[in-house]
Amino acid sequence: MRYPYYPGCSVEGTGRAYEESLAAVLAALDVRLDELEDWNCCGASAADSIDEVRAIALAARNLVLAEAGAPGDEPVELLTPCAGCYRALLAAQHALEDGRRIGPRVARGLEAVGLRYERRVRVRHVLDVLVHGIGTERIAQAVTRPLTGLRVACYYGCLLVRPEARFDDRHDPTSMDRLMRAIGAEPIEWPMKTRCCGGSCYGADPFSGTTPQGALTLSHAILREAARRGADAVVTACPLCQFNLEAFQEQMTRHFGTTLDLTVGYVTQFVGLAIGLEERALGIHRMLRWRLPAGREPEAVASPSGRGREVRDG
Amino acid sequence: MAEELIPDRPSPNGAPKIGVYVCHCGLNIAGTVDVHEVVRFASTLPYVTVAREYKFMCSDPGQELIEQDLREGLVDRVVVASCSPLMHEATFRQATGRGGTSPFHFQMASIRELVSWVTEDPEDATEKAKALVAAAVRRVALHEYLEPREAPVHPDVLVVGGGIAGIHAALTLADAGKHVYLVERESTIGGHMAKFDKTFPTLDCASCILTPKMSAVRAHPNITLWTYSDVVSVSGYTGDFTVRVRHRPRYVREDLCTGCLACIEACVHKQAKYPSEFDEGLGKRKPIYIPFPQATPPVVVVDPEACIWFKTGKCPRPCIEACERDAFDFEQTETEDEIKVGAIILATGFRTFDAGRIPEYGYGRYPNVYTSLEVERLLNSAGPTGGEVLLRDGTKPRTVGIIHCVGSRDVRFHAYCSKVCCMYSLKLAHMLRERTGAEVYNFYIDMRTPGKGYEEFYDKILREGAHLIRGRVAEVTDEATAPEEEGHLVIRAEDTLLGTVRRVPVDMVVLAVGMEPQPDAEDVRRLFNISCGGEGFFTERHPKLAPVSTFTDGVFLAGACQGPKDIPETVAQAGAAAAEALAMIDRGSVRLEANTAFVDEAACSGCKTCVGLCPFGAIEFDEERRKAAVNEVVCKGCGICVAACPSGAAQQHLFTDAQILAEIEGVLAYA
Repeated sequence: MRYPYYPGCSVEGTGRAYEESLAAVLAALDVRLDELEDWNCCGASAADSIDEVRAIALAARNLVLAEAGAPGDEPVELLTPCAGCYRALLAAQHALEDGRRIGPRVARGLEAVGLRYERRVRVRHVLDVLVHGIGTERIAQAVTRPLTGLRVACYYGCLLVRPEARFDDRHDPTSMDRLMRAIGAEPIEWPMKTRCCGGSCYGADPFSGTTPQGALTLSHAILREAARRGADAVVTACPLCQFNLEAFQEQMTRHFGTTLDLTVGYVTQFVGLAIGLEERALGIHRMLRWRLPAGREPEAVASPSGRGREVRDG
Repeated sequence: MAEELIPDRPSPNGAPKIGVYVCHCGLNIAGTVDVHEVVRFASTLPYVTVAREYKFMCSDPGQELIEQDLREGLVDRVVVASCSPLMHEATFRQATGRGGTSPFHFQMASIRELVSWVTEDPEDATEKAKALVAAAVRRVALHEYLEPREAPVHPDVLVVGGGIAGIHAALTLADAGKHVYLVERESTIGGHMAKFDKTFPTLDCASCILTPKMSAVRAHPNITLWTYSDVVSVSGYTGDFTVRVRHRPRYVREDLCTGCLACIEACVHKQAKYPSEFDEGLGKRKPIYIPFPQATPPVVVVDPEACIWFKTGKCPRPCIEACERDAFDFEQTETEDEIKVGAIILATGFRTFDAGRIPEYGYGRYPNVYTSLEVERLLNSAGPTGGEVLLRDGTKPRTVGIIHCVGSRDVRFHAYCSKVCCMYSLKLAHMLRERTGAEVYNFYIDMRTPGKGYEEFYDKILREGAHLIRGRVAEVTDEATAPEEEGHLVIRAEDTLLGTVRRVPVDMVVLAVGMEPQPDAEDVRRLFNISCGGEGFFTERHPKLAPVSTFTDGVFLAGACQGPKDIPETVAQAGAAAAEALAMIDRGSVRLEANTAFVDEAACSGCKTCVGLCPFGAIEFDEERRKAAVNEVVCKGCGICVAACPSGAAQQHLFTDAQILAEIEGVLAYA
């Protein structure tokens, strides 16, 4: 399997570990990524609020690049790891598909730079591809070190399953939970799956953003619930969510008086561990904190394919 | 062009004389179609002797125009270009008849529904109207002189659905001396109303007012009550329907069972462990059960999915032993009855919105989130808790939040207002306070309480101290952000009067689920050949002036199958449907279309294809002459024989090949 790939700016920066773990996991599952050449900013959530036509045109240029890489009439599935990019690209895909009035205006914009969109792109997020493309069954078969006993809080964030996505329920998504179960982990029941993490309310540091106090309150509520319900780690599928939840735990502890020290990782890192990849290949050394509870470390078991590196207790 | 037309029966003076009357329908037509131009054009068509326009052709003076022209001999055939046959064909046919010719010397051109309402460009609209007028003129020139037919009306009535609507309609008709077949698919009549504890705004006990009517149905000599039964086919026409009803086996003979319930006591299942459908799954029943004590008929039912005898074939069956009346019959199978009725009343009701479709409200995830119908059962003294409001862990709630408009007024689900939820939510607020002393919070979008005594009821609930928060609820969560929220469900909503977001911790959440069509409403619609709107409720013939009739003559609507409504409105509509059916029956006959089939003997080859196809047995075959003949009294004008006849000998009045081709040519010749 091959997918044209749109990384987005975050995974080139703070989210490097996401891209590293993604690449390692997909390679292990025989999936190749072809990064779009000369991709540009997706517009994120900022461009939309300023000028809808330009925001969609900006994202649409990336869709055109994806089509250029796959000539013909077949649909093109464009993979992206970031929930923000996913929403922006998907919004462009839908806006240009639905025959909305904005379509011709965007088309004229693209024409001005010699581009034409053929509406062949289906934007897909990594989580969607792991669960529905590759499939939890295939991933389960590849597991050599199941994360047995690891209690995880599956955090989807606010952009991943809405407003544009259609691969999971908008309010009570379950795809990540199913994926975590497939690799042996135990997802907790919690009501914060799709709450906002504070997103772009944070700036470079939590107290110089647009409304840092609000952002801190939002991400704190998520972490506090995860901790309260006994989660060992929070699983994310977005570089922004991951950073916001991981980086400001000391500030939260100071500000709210609740002691927080939670591992916040990428969905691909947990899958990578379970299928026996090295921590370094998954960018775990880059994480600000990474502490899985003793006794719940990934444990090597014999795999049906005999790929387990270490065999303990059969 | 004129010489191509060969009228079947020339007027006494030779060629037909056609009058064309173009209606403005206020601005409905004239606002888009250039009526003067259509009239000018019509006057140039062959055989058209009079072309006029009028503001409202359906009004008395409009009809009088037609009658006068006919009486004065200016015309002998009539074309009215106006609304649609459904709306006013009967009106203009009668006017044509009063003018002294056959009412079938009339043809309508639909230039409102087919033109002005659906065409934006005035020029396009005018051209299309002209084409349709040309077609009607060509067609009417070939109309035969036919007499109207009358058919007798069968005096019996079928009522489908035994909720309060069906019960009321059946009793009204039966009291008027008509025989009624009441068909209900559940094992008891009573419908949703039987599940309620009290009814708004008077707070009278639902059972106390319903069960006497249920018993009256069973006792009435004019009512045949068939429960656990479904209508499987309907054929025929208004005044003369043939209906097949299938009875599902309950494995207990209805004529013998007295409802003593000794068998339930004796069942090898000592504990009731199957969720009771009647109690919304909150209570349990055995494999042999009766839905509720006042079930009508009071006959037990065996659930073959749960009964050990049916599952394994091994059970001592103490139930049989316990029955003093020998009512058990484990060999029972489905049976069918075929009945004849003149009119049908559909009272098939509604279902409540599936609250699980709104995951943010937590139904199915949090045990203490209930639907309103579940709470009705908790409040009911014959319910699973004996009328005590207990949460699933057996405790009493001290705070309750009621969320209005669940599934209603929500573009994701139903755009419409379910009409009853505000009132029943206020009723539940009152009763929950009364029974538990709990603080009750109602979250509403708008408070809708129009109705006799309804606003006063709202006022009473307010004065009692219920908390009303105006705002749509965002979510129900068990995330606690403060000590007082620990261990509670938290309702998050914007309080639009206060202008702030509220978090209200409660022990119990009640979702005021809206009303939606029955899941099989589409099948019922097809079975009875009626129509339904986009949301799936059955469509009345006219929203204001024919609210209980349908587009199929002889089929009437009552209750929530036509749209959300409360009990008083349902009963009123059921009475109206019964009255309409009565009027039809007491008239004794219905007017039928003159569109019967006939056989052109010269062309008939005697192949008998038509004889076997006729669903009404209306075709006789003369063996000696080897010719088929249609009995026009029996023929319903379905046209099957016409379509099937290989030699074109079978034809149909008002739909002869010549007439239809002339109509098509009219449009094409103009285009």
